[in-house]
Amino acid sequence: MLAQMTQKQKNLLLRVVASAVMMIVFALLPLEEYPVLRFALFLIPYLTAGHDILRKAFKGILNRQVFDENFLMAVATIGAMILGEYTESVAVMVFYQIGELFQSYAVGRSRRNISELMDIRPDYANIEEEGQIVRVDPDEVETGTVILIQPGEKVPIDAIVTEGTSTMDTAALTGESVPRTVREGDEILSGSINGAGLLKARTTREFDESTASKILELVENASSRKARSEQFITKFARVYTPAVCGAALALAVLGPLGTMLIGGQPSTAALWGDWIYRALTFLVISCPCAIVVSVPLSFFGGLGGASSRGILIKGSNFMETLANVDTVVLDKTGTITRGNFEVTGIHHSRMEEKELLELAALAELHSSHPIAASLRRAREALGEYVPDAARVRDVREISGQGVVAEVQELSVNSPVWREVAVGNSRLMESLGIEAAPCHSTGTIVHVAVDSVYEGHIVIADEIKPGIQEALSALRDAGVDHIVMLTGDLRQTAEAVAAEVGIREVHAELLPGDKVTQVEQLLAQQQKGRTLAFVGDGINDAPVLSRADLGIAMGALGSDAAIEAADVVLMDDDPRGIARAVRIARKCIRIVYENIIFAIGVKLICLLLGALGIANMWLAIFADVGVMVLCVLNAVRTLRE
Amino acid sequence: MKKTYKIDVDCANCANKMEVAAKGTAGVKDANVNFMTLKMKVEFEDGADVDAVMQEVLKNCKIVEDECEIFL
Repeated sequence: MLAQMTQKQKNLLLRVVASAVMMIVFALLPLEEYPVLRFALFLIPYLTAGHDILRKAFKGILNRQVFDENFLMAVATIGAMILGEYTESVAVMVFYQIGELFQSYAVGRSRRNISELMDIRPDYANIEEEGQIVRVDPDEVETGTVILIQPGEKVPIDAIVTEGTSTMDTAALTGESVPRTVREGDEILSGSINGAGLLKARTTREFDESTASKILELVENASSRKARSEQFITKFARVYTPAVCGAALALAVLGPLGTMLIGGQPSTAALWGDWIYRALTFLVISCPCAIVVSVPLSFFGGLGGASSRGILIKGSNFMETLANVDTVVLDKTGTITRGNFEVTGIHHSRMEEKELLELAALAELHSSHPIAASLRRAREALGEYVPDAARVRDVREISGQGVVAEVQELSVNSPVWREVAVGNSRLMESLGIEAAPCHSTGTIVHVAVDSVYEGHIVIADEIKPGIQEALSALRDAGVDHIVMLTGDLRQTAEAVAAEVGIREVHAELLPGDKVTQVEQLLAQQQKGRTLAFVGDGINDAPVLSRADLGIAMGALGSDAAIEAADVVLMDDDPRGIARAVRIARKCIRIVYENIIFAIGVKLICLLLGALGIANMWLAIFADVGVMVLCVLNAVRTLRE
Repeated sequence: MKKTYKIDVDCANCANKMEVAAKGTAGVKDANVNFMTLKMKVEFEDGADVDAVMQEVLKNCKIVEDECEIFL
């Protein structure tokens, strides 16, 4: 612990320990007989511990910045000295400084923790100059330069691999711990860590525009956007201290006057001393440090902890919005489904599946339709396949129905040509072929060979793994209204929704309709509850900004998504949504716990102090003890 | 124009005071002090002499909190 302290903190610690020891020794000495010596002796630890506080308070008065915690402490301790409560006076100073030391240590630690978690800032880039590897400042590397990334090094700038194979650890960026294999032609993002291979890569951006720089900028700016509770605290502190000083003064003057007038007691030094002591206790209790420190610290920890898990929250204000989410609207494509069409089944085929797929893929060889592409991809995945244009002839595309073509069977040398019809049920109908109905969801591609029905291929958008888990986690977190929006056909949309367990679906929406739909949902929201829209950042920027909270998924490397959203999930794991909500809820809960606890304890102690029940020691607990507890609570936000 | 400066200050409340002081300096349109990252973001008014304004900002901050530092 000592090793992690700054010189300033060590000096303060030394002063605190020294004065505490002196205080205890002097308190135990029989000094009652020698008032002057006693005063002189206690002055030593008092000044050792608190000389800077006194100086700051004095300077504050000179600069007409009177009311701050230094002033509170100076008045309280000097007052206690005058009343002859030397031990209490020194103790207040010592404990106040312990509190300061503790808070500065805790803040420093959180800062360090977060910078370790967000350790993605690259320090250098390797470039080759005349056969030598030279380390340069990544800022100086121009776009298009070939850089070298050695095993274990951080990728400094976004780039495309030109040579070499390796694995990439993107844990610091996305929180995803499984390394990804990269080879020539793959994009690598700055901030990821290279595995065992040596890579050469051509940079595609400048350093400032690269992923790592962008993310760091975002994280650093996040806590500048202050949350409502933070703004409240700033304002609160501004009026609070003067108010408390006024109350203390009133207590010191009106208290004894009231006692004299109502109680009929004579004006004695003891009476005035008693009320002044109460007023001083009041001042010590009222120090606002606990709240002023712990609230921003909680947000800082929450934002930092979230970013280290690949969840970037763009400001403390969004943390609040996120914590109040009870409606989540999900865009289907890219959020619930992967957005790439895959062959998910082949039904009723009498020939070998591979053969059917090959004939269909060949018939669709020249088509640019996504369905055709997925047929070709599916066949290629099975291997031993030559997509030879010479094996296809006489291709007729029938718009809105499909393709009829002659395809050479089995191999290039085969003498057998067969007529292959690939398309929807309307194509089969027009050819007079009876097609078997299919109950699977997705696009059904029927295949007929030489006018004989040979079965159908189902092509569907793949549902992301983990989506059910993600949705039930959201429901557990109290998000009970989950809605799916999509531009897809109603039947497809409803099938997907049923599979993942979403009841409310709005399908066949144009991009503009999505905004209208979200606006309608927003109108139904209860006050204080918020609506989050989750999209992949492609084509849904207007909806992202219209919702109370826009969450972009799988945004790594997509500047548009990072720009438009309030919360950015770096990878495309849907479980991140519930995770983000949980982190935000925890953070906000801790903030409110601290505010309520600190203000509550202080109010009770203030009341006890005014009634004369609380002494200076309780006041010290109300100030320093509460602060320490609040700070300890606040640093919990760093952990999930 | 906006610029970000590294700062050093001991407590959150002192950082708030610096923010108020910076905001009140002539030539500064808006200022934001982030105690957690120890950064001060200053937005200057059009045509302001950045260096001169920052000297003033530093002076004003020192008045409210003498143990603060702005690394210009």
